[in-house]
Amino acid sequence: MTGGALELVCPAGTPASLRAAVDAGADAIYLGFRDETNARNFPGLNFSRDELADGIKYAGSKGVKVLVAINTYPRAGNPGPWRAAVDDAARLGAWAVILADIGLLDYARQNHPDLRRHLSVQASAANAQAIKFYCDEFGVKRVVLPRVLTVDEIARINDAVEVETEVFAFGGMCVMAEGRCLLSSYATGESPNMNGVCSPAEHIHYEERDGQLVSRLGDFTINKFREGEPAGYPTLCKGRFRACSRDSYLFEEPVSLDVSNILPDLMKAGVTALKIEGRQRGKAYVAQVVSAFRRAVDAAARGEQPDTADLASITEGGQQSTGAYEKGWR
Amino acid sequence: MSDSLKLTLGPLLFNWPADQVAEFYGRIAELAPVDTVCLGEVVCQKREPLLGGTLAEAAGQLADAGKEVVWSGYGLIADEKDMAATKGLAESSEGLVEANDITALPFLQGRPHAIGPLVNVYNEDTLRWLVARGATRICLAPELSRDAIARLTEAAGEAELEVQVFGRLPLALSARCYHARAHGLHKDGCQYVCDRDPDGMAVDTLDNEHFLAVNGIQTLSHSIVELSAEIDDLIGIGVTRFRLSPHHVDMVAIAHVWRDLLEGKRDLPRARRIIQTVAAFAPPSNGYFHARPGAVALNN
Repeated sequence: MTGGALELVCPAGTPASLRAAVDAGADAIYLGFRDETNARNFPGLNFSRDELADGIKYAGSKGVKVLVAINTYPRAGNPGPWRAAVDDAARLGAWAVILADIGLLDYARQNHPDLRRHLSVQASAANAQAIKFYCDEFGVKRVVLPRVLTVDEIARINDAVEVETEVFAFGGMCVMAEGRCLLSSYATGESPNMNGVCSPAEHIHYEERDGQLVSRLGDFTINKFREGEPAGYPTLCKGRFRACSRDSYLFEEPVSLDVSNILPDLMKAGVTALKIEGRQRGKAYVAQVVSAFRRAVDAAARGEQPDTADLASITEGGQQSTGAYEKGWR
Repeated sequence: MSDSLKLTLGPLLFNWPADQVAEFYGRIAELAPVDTVCLGEVVCQKREPLLGGTLAEAAGQLADAGKEVVWSGYGLIADEKDMAATKGLAESSEGLVEANDITALPFLQGRPHAIGPLVNVYNEDTLRWLVARGATRICLAPELSRDAIARLTEAAGEAELEVQVFGRLPLALSARCYHARAHGLHKDGCQYVCDRDPDGMAVDTLDNEHFLAVNGIQTLSHSIVELSAEIDDLIGIGVTRFRLSPHHVDMVAIAHVWRDLLEGKRDLPRARRIIQTVAAFAPPSNGYFHARPGAVALNN
């Protein structure tokens, strides 16, 4: 963190993205191992142990920290992969681990007391009391806040707790309380909590019907698009459904989160770090978003209103939202 | 053996008028062969004033009828008001309090308490940690499979493990109220439209497949989990408590079916027939238990 600026925590799904994010001005990189121990368990993504070691070395040479997300819930009868992920993150010199499960937090606290522990958004700690609980019991140093809070609520939380807070700044938006959503497994058998995936690609198929493109997840239709209409990825909660005899994006429009125009408010609210979503994105996207946020964060730190025009072009479907950060969202 | 097997009526998740709630619990007290009844607003704190003293009266009736009353806390504790209410619940309740959000735990630490299905307990380490802090009863998250449940019962020690065997599945919570949104309203001015759907608002796909049900800030399954055919397996792997989630149907009849099952009267075709007749508004599902998508219904 430099001179009171918000710390910029950036995603890396591959070693190439890690380098791109570091070079574009990230303060920290978060990533996961190539297995179901992290919440972006997608084919072709994530890091082997050797790649993590190299990544930490490269990031470290530029003064950038590496955080390892181990934020799915260990499976009953098989804690091995999750414990090994914590052990290896510690052994390879990660700056912090990002955890959600109580049992795993306890394991890390007991076995690696000096390894910095962050609370994943997947733990859904949405108020000061819950945050204090994780700090008191597991020595958590930073909490990634759920995307369900308004800026005012974030400010009140920061007044009430000692711990650092990190908020989501840009990218995909969960409309449900994170870590407490089983919609994906209801349709596909695979969930963020258990498998590190939401609406996974292998359960998606498309059909052409009556001049429309129909996207299906498992046995359920998630959306239909007329010819020429941009077809977004059929994440379950971003689908179009029928309720009260009306078809609509019942849960959320296909928008992406962008807080760049409220950075000064977030600084005032006492936030320590900004998290950019997108470990599944390519290195060009990562470089573009990280450098735009680098400029915006530095501008905000100088007391200027950030220029956010270059971010608008990257957002999903061109639509942006400050999401739950503004109360009107609810 | 049936003495150690208990039937729990979970908290009423929907916004019913106070007189209906009073009548519902009056009937449960008088007629339903359940051991435990969970009372309390779990979904939306805005509904609570609508009930006035109805639940307190119901608690008295249920206790007089020899049933254990458990108070269930909020599922999503967001602001100071929710927190104060949760603290009040923990401090004022004589019986067990069921935590449905981690936030409630510090208020309950060191005294026996229950953990509800909205708290994530996926593995033995977490289970043991919670039991060491005073959890005596844990209702597991609906997405756990038979194998996961079996592992957890092995690790539970003295704690009782409970599984929901009837009712729509609680799948998600949000800061946003989807009932209000579907009616073009905002959460703060919701006009309590959730009272129009006593079992949740139908959410269908654009191909008219029934899919989900919205209940204010909560999203439920359209299907009703129905694990009567799995009863031997559930008992075999050490589950001792069975949760029926209330719906706007004859819950006394559902409770009788399950009491018979727990007492060894295993006429499964009859049980299935009664459950599907009484709760005809949605089809049964059992996918999660069999490590399949939750919406799936397997014949077994």
